[in-house]
Amino acid sequence: MSRVPYTSTTNACKLCTPLGAALVFKGIEGGVPFLHGSQGCATYMRRYIISHFREPMDIASSALGEKHAVYGGGPNLKKGLLNVMKKYSPALIGVASTCLTETIGDDVQMILHEFRKEFGDLELPEIVHCSTPSYMGTHMEGWHRAVRAIVDQMVTDKAPPAHSVNILPSLVSPADIRHLRELCATFGIAPVILPDISDTLDGTAKEDYEPIPEGGTPLAAIRGMSGARATIQFGRTLADRDSAGESLRRRFGVPCHTVGMPIGIRESDAFFAALEEAAGVPMPREVGLERGRLVDAMVDAHKYVFGKRVVVYGEEDLVVGLTAFLAEIGMKPVLVATGARNMGLEKHIADVCAGVAGELPEIHEGVDFHDIAERSATLAPDLMVGHSKGYRYAREWNVPLIRVGFPIHDRFGGQRMLHIGYRGALALLDHIVNAILEKKQEDSPVGYVYL
Amino acid sequence: MPDGDLLDERRSQVHRTGEGPLDMACNRESLAGAVSQRACVFCGSRVVLYPIADALHLVHGPIGCAVYTWDIRGALSSGPELHRLSFSTDLQEKDVIFGGEPKLTAALDELIDRHNPKAAFVYSTCIVGIIGDDLEAVCRKMTATKGIPVIPVMSEGFKGNKREGYVAACKAMFRLVGTASGNEAAPLEKEAVRAAVRPMTLNILGDFNLAGEIWIIREYFERMGLTVIANITGDGRVDDIRRCHTAALNVVQCSGATMDLAKMMKEEYGTPFLRVSYLGIEDMADSLYDVAEFFSKDDPDIMRRTQELVRGELAKLMPELARYRRDLQGKRVAMYVGGSFKAFSLVKAFRHLGMQVVLVGSQTGTKEDYEELAAITDPGTVIVDDSNPLELSKFIKEKDVDLFVGGVKERPIAYKLGVGFCDHNHERKEALEGFVGMLNFAREVHASAMSPVWRFVPRREKRPAHTAQAATAATGQEKKEDAA
Ligand code: SF4
Ligand code: SF4
Repeated sequence: MSRVPYTSTTNACKLCTPLGAALVFKGIEGGVPFLHGSQGCATYMRRYIISHFREPMDIASSALGEKHAVYGGGPNLKKGLLNVMKKYSPALIGVASTCLTETIGDDVQMILHEFRKEFGDLELPEIVHCSTPSYMGTHMEGWHRAVRAIVDQMVTDKAPPAHSVNILPSLVSPADIRHLRELCATFGIAPVILPDISDTLDGTAKEDYEPIPEGGTPLAAIRGMSGARATIQFGRTLADRDSAGESLRRRFGVPCHTVGMPIGIRESDAFFAALEEAAGVPMPREVGLERGRLVDAMVDAHKYVFGKRVVVYGEEDLVVGLTAFLAEIGMKPVLVATGARNMGLEKHIADVCAGVAGELPEIHEGVDFHDIAERSATLAPDLMVGHSKGYRYAREWNVPLIRVGFPIHDRFGGQRMLHIGYRGALALLDHIVNAILEKKQEDSPVGYVYL
Repeated sequence: MPDGDLLDERRSQVHRTGEGPLDMACNRESLAGAVSQRACVFCGSRVVLYPIADALHLVHGPIGCAVYTWDIRGALSSGPELHRLSFSTDLQEKDVIFGGEPKLTAALDELIDRHNPKAAFVYSTCIVGIIGDDLEAVCRKMTATKGIPVIPVMSEGFKGNKREGYVAACKAMFRLVGTASGNEAAPLEKEAVRAAVRPMTLNILGDFNLAGEIWIIREYFERMGLTVIANITGDGRVDDIRRCHTAALNVVQCSGATMDLAKMMKEEYGTPFLRVSYLGIEDMADSLYDVAEFFSKDDPDIMRRTQELVRGELAKLMPELARYRRDLQGKRVAMYVGGSFKAFSLVKAFRHLGMQVVLVGSQTGTKEDYEELAAITDPGTVIVDDSNPLELSKFIKEKDVDLFVGGVKERPIAYKLGVGFCDHNHERKEALEGFVGMLNFAREVHASAMSPVWRFVPRREKRPAHTAQAATAATGQEKKEDAA
């Protein structure tokens, strides 16, 4: 980068760390996310998450006030835990710290230790905690830290071997998770998906308001992860990190496959290869047919999409997956951006583009939308792919925005969008091609009806 | 005891109209672990100041606080839209350790140069309060170098609830008031100010121009022969606020948010104020009449014009409302709102629709607010302060509510219980103020309560008592056919 980066942030392309952790805890059976901090953070995150999923999202808070900020938040944390136990009877409380409690230096681990001693006579839920100051990282890092915390704090013994596979799917949609479960079933394998927000954040209409919605990864299944045949974790940027999958491998010898987000053909191929290996069976016919249908559709679509210039932005691993797919169908990613830093994006993008993209896109980490816009000014994109926050720029440039990821709060059904596997790629392809056709039709003086 | 499953510490924040004396504990800190619907001080300041469209709003803190408040309100502007961008210093670990002042200075420097705002507000968040950055000093320096007012907003989240945020916002705005006189740039001596006051002028306080609402209200005042000097803060402009002390009257909506500014102006400049509400028929009309009354000494004809305006608007509105009322008659409503002031107007508005309010709650009501609510609601109505999802869902079921009015966080509670929902919070995109707003409101209430979808939700589906009602709901026409 030639230019001196700005000091200020304008329209951030990331969210804060505890939000990711809260989403993870929401994906555990009987789980209640609990933010140790002042009330505002929890309320803001709830509001934000609700606008995407359109589902209840209860996040408790230790609701610290001024005196706690000075004298420490321990007493309120304990009181809050007791109140959550009373009202929610949770199986698990996931405590994530916020900027405030990190800064005043509350030792959450010690407070929880005291809590367990003080209230040892009560039936205590599992309490997992993770440290998530937002001045160190983004919501995705909060997500991974929470997954890691669950695995480290709950998977402590070697479980008997089971015909199961651990899948750490990262932040994908509830529809994606449901698809994953179906896929595993066709391979004859029982997956433990951690976390599993497929029901808890995309529930059915119910008789009652459930304090804790049905669904989520069962605690017993989590404890059994040490006996799984393998772990498959999504996200190329996790490869060099001390991740949850890595922790299971190191401590219990569970083989760990770190694959990219399975978006598009080749990233999905890698995922299915890992699944084949873990399950010990070849790819089932149905899945093969889906691949075939995807390739067939890509052929049908190629002229519409070829050479179209795309700006892609969002979470680090999601943008890698999206770029992989866009390049495979002949589109031209011209800029790939994320708000996260130190993700090695250049290498990952180069890897997934190898063999399908001519020129590599511009790649930027740690950027906000002001940077993205400034960089894109000369790139003349035809299309943007990313979450809702890019809308104002898409509007300004008069290009379609394909909404993918989190948050999607200006469209309907973000939580039901399928992205992963061959079926997900096909859904994405339809979506993109139709957006291009619609734009073409709208801009056309003729108004062709056969396109 | 129907409230037996409340958390003990929450009991003193729930009251039932007609059952014993009201002894509401309010303005308390939220209870730890109770999943309060409340936000923080910062949120209060942000919502009040943010609609000032030609100011720079810089959130000094880690990224989340800024992201979660990025353009969340539909506060429209007729000109600049600087307020719709989200600026943050995005503090990082080293700033937390070594202090964030250098970063703040640099951020202000580049943002002010880039956007040329008329003023800048710098919001302090929790973490800034802890690391002890001297906002005042940084802002003073920037004011001097950049030649625009750079104003700190002391809104550290943990220092209370939204209410304190309102006060912080008012204090920040008050620094602007009186820094320009009439149309000139020179500040006036306080004594000279009253002389400069212009007759037949007013400021609109406490309206945020959601979905263009302030434009509706301005038009009413203009038709009455009045000139609005400053919109505070919907469609707001810095220069207008600087000279707003030259107005003859402040009209203040929503007591919570800008009342403190009105009080400060009264004390400093002697500007009188009136409390108004633009929601619902009576309150809208009463507010216009009160304002007309105030100005009738300057213009004896104003009352007649106002009456004409109200009569004309009502003539258009009433027949339409009657149609909705036919369907909505007897349905039960629950509401949970931010400020309680809005609740008064809503209770009356629902009466116009033939509906009965059975639960009223607010995040930040005062004891007086709740007393007034108890006075205007029917016996048995639940009144609640700083509630949470579990309590709200319990009351909704107990009262067998047909419609719930609240904000985005309340929506899924209603929907999961198979209850219609209207957003009457700051995220609404439909104008609900004024006479035309009442019509929009009725239309939305109707669409929410009468949709056939409720007959398919499990809670309704299984209950025979509701089948008849659901069936009529399914076909609004049925009744009309009967009538024909
Ligand atoms: S203080 Fe930290 S945790 Fe809370 S909203 Fe702001 S960035 Fe997020
Ligand atoms: S950190 Fe403080 S100011 Fe920011 S959202 Fe949380 S409570 Fe509010």
